[in-house]
Amino acid sequence: MTLALTRPAPAVASGDEGLLTDGPDGPDGDEGRRRGRRRPLEGRAARRATTARLLLRRPGFLVALAFVVLVVVSALAPGLFTSADPYATAPIDKLLPPGPGHPFGTDELGRDLFSRVLHGGLLTVQAVGLALVLALVVGLTLGVVAGFVGGWVDAVVMRAVDVLLAIPGLLLALAIVTAIGYGTVPVAVAVGIGIVPGFARTTRAEVLRVRTLPYVEAARTGGASWGRVLLRHVLPNSWGPVAVLAVLDLGAAVIAVAALSFLGFGAAPPAAEWGTLISTGRSYLVTSPWLSLLPGVFVGLLVLGLNHVARTLEEVQR
Amino acid sequence: MTAVVVDGPAAGAVAGPAPGPTSGLVSGAARVARGAGLGRYVAGRVAQALVVLWAAWTATFAILWLLPSDPLALLLSANNVEVDSLSPAELAAAQARYGLDQPVLVQYGRMLGDALHGDLGVSITKNVPVTQLLAERLPGTLQLSGLAVLLALAGGLTVAWLAAWVRWRPAKVLLSRLPSAGVAFPSFWVGLLLIQVFAFTLGWFPSTGDEGPAALVLPAVTMAIPTSAVFAQVLTRSLEDTLAQPWITTARATGLSRAGAQARHALRNAALPTLTILGLLVGGTVTGAIVTETVFARQGVGMLAQEAVLSQDVPVVQAVVVLAAAAFVLVNLLVDLLYPLLDPRISHAVRTPAARTPAARTSSPRTSAARTRRRPS
Repeated sequence: MTLALTRPAPAVASGDEGLLTDGPDGPDGDEGRRRGRRRPLEGRAARRATTARLLLRRPGFLVALAFVVLVVVSALAPGLFTSADPYATAPIDKLLPPGPGHPFGTDELGRDLFSRVLHGGLLTVQAVGLALVLALVVGLTLGVVAGFVGGWVDAVVMRAVDVLLAIPGLLLALAIVTAIGYGTVPVAVAVGIGIVPGFARTTRAEVLRVRTLPYVEAARTGGASWGRVLLRHVLPNSWGPVAVLAVLDLGAAVIAVAALSFLGFGAAPPAAEWGTLISTGRSYLVTSPWLSLLPGVFVGLLVLGLNHVARTLEEVQR
Repeated sequence: MTAVVVDGPAAGAVAGPAPGPTSGLVSGAARVARGAGLGRYVAGRVAQALVVLWAAWTATFAILWLLPSDPLALLLSANNVEVDSLSPAELAAAQARYGLDQPVLVQYGRMLGDALHGDLGVSITKNVPVTQLLAERLPGTLQLSGLAVLLALAGGLTVAWLAAWVRWRPAKVLLSRLPSAGVAFPSFWVGLLLIQVFAFTLGWFPSTGDEGPAALVLPAVTMAIPTSAVFAQVLTRSLEDTLAQPWITTARATGLSRAGAQARHALRNAALPTLTILGLLVGGTVTGAIVTETVFARQGVGMLAQEAVLSQDVPVVQAVVVLAAAAFVLVNLLVDLLYPLLDPRISHAVRTPAARTPAARTSSPRTSAARTRRRPS
């Protein structure tokens, strides 16, 4: 909630966007052709600097970004933040409320919950990362092929994508998990396939837009092969919206991974993803509500931060 | 369907609700086509929905029957039978029983034929026809989903309305940022929080179970929160765009209060684009039902899905996935058919080259919602 409040009002923000609305590609491409080789690079650097300055002017963005980075670092190196062993049981200390020794309290076996959340973060970060890489690779490939080749290939690919879109994401993931089994990797694959359609669509739309622009025509006229045009001109200029979608989908992927592990399809015990922690804490909800609620707050703040970063990027980019 | 709404000529130049000034936007050809081509249009859309449904069934068939390296092992493990423990004769018998000894295409054709006859197979763990299971579980889920959608619409509308109406900056920022929080927190966690507060601490509602209407409240609220958040986000953006239009200034100049102008002139126009995310709302409630029914221990289709995946009951999983896809396709079809009636400026009978037709019309609510959001104001 605090993250949300520190953000400047939308009206102010839309004033900033006006600075960039004359399009990221158009002027650059023109300049590139008119003034030789060095100019566009400088233009691009200047544009990046403007974007960076716009971002720095938003304290909410910085807070959100800092929290996300902190969570990722703590997931990759939990030892930096806690010395407690996530698997060391201590029956005497079971179900302690949050306090000085245990910031998040302890679970039913006396394990330190804060440490378990951080170590569970690694599993979640791995799953989300894998899902996103999968979605990016498959989605970008499908989108580029569909948008670039066109014709019946485009029709077939996009029909397939439409069909995947007609199946609600979590159910698609459930079907995939049924087929390939439980664990962190299957969950990641299931979530990744669920977000492929969005990437394929966005990439295709961008490729369709970019490939008709004058500089692509110029490059073709200049003798560049389609492959080169694709790699040097179309892909770099189609990136923006896809990258924003990637960040937006990060939040959705975190929730999906948590939901699947909550339903019991995640990593096997004693390892515990965030969803599993919340799920096991359910049995002690009456007496020890923090067991379920604190990991959930953690997940929620992370997703809030990710979504905020994505939306700010989207606004600044326009 | 949705692309017409967003990309169509009328969407860019949204005018007042009065038919007079807007009819100019619809070309003569469109008006003729609307009369003559409506029947064909409806038939086409229904056929398209059926094709999508068939394709969704095929996709789940591919995932569940072709993806596993050994579907027989999957089916047998659901009955706690190890493949290795069977003699070759027993193995062959088991394969024949599930039809797995036949070529894939034959299996596919047989199962598709059965599905078309309303036979979705037999649950492996429960040994009951899947259709019977669904019939037992569906009413509870429908009740819950219906209430959740109503709550989501009411909640989303209230938040969006207030966010556009309130002028005090902190309140406005809070209201327009509230939906982000609604989307960010996982719904199973929200459900647990509600149980903790309203069932355990305050004791207003039962914590779990499906006895009586009081038990319906907490799960319905849990399911409504994420959907209403999405709805509120789209509606807020749409309301703000609409309120900036010149005809709102005109309405205000005629002496209408801000609330009056917002209610009578802005809301009706702003609400139209949100129709396109109705499919998303339904998809959201179906997936929401899985998690929510698990949290609240309600015997619905969602819980059935969770149990089926845990016990690898392939026919049940397949049926639930196809059922959800059917609900989604049906709602999108209804929105498609209703839209021209609600907004006469938009005629689906006309195909402009820009409206990447078949792709755009089966497009997801998510992408179209995104497109709505990205529409330059």
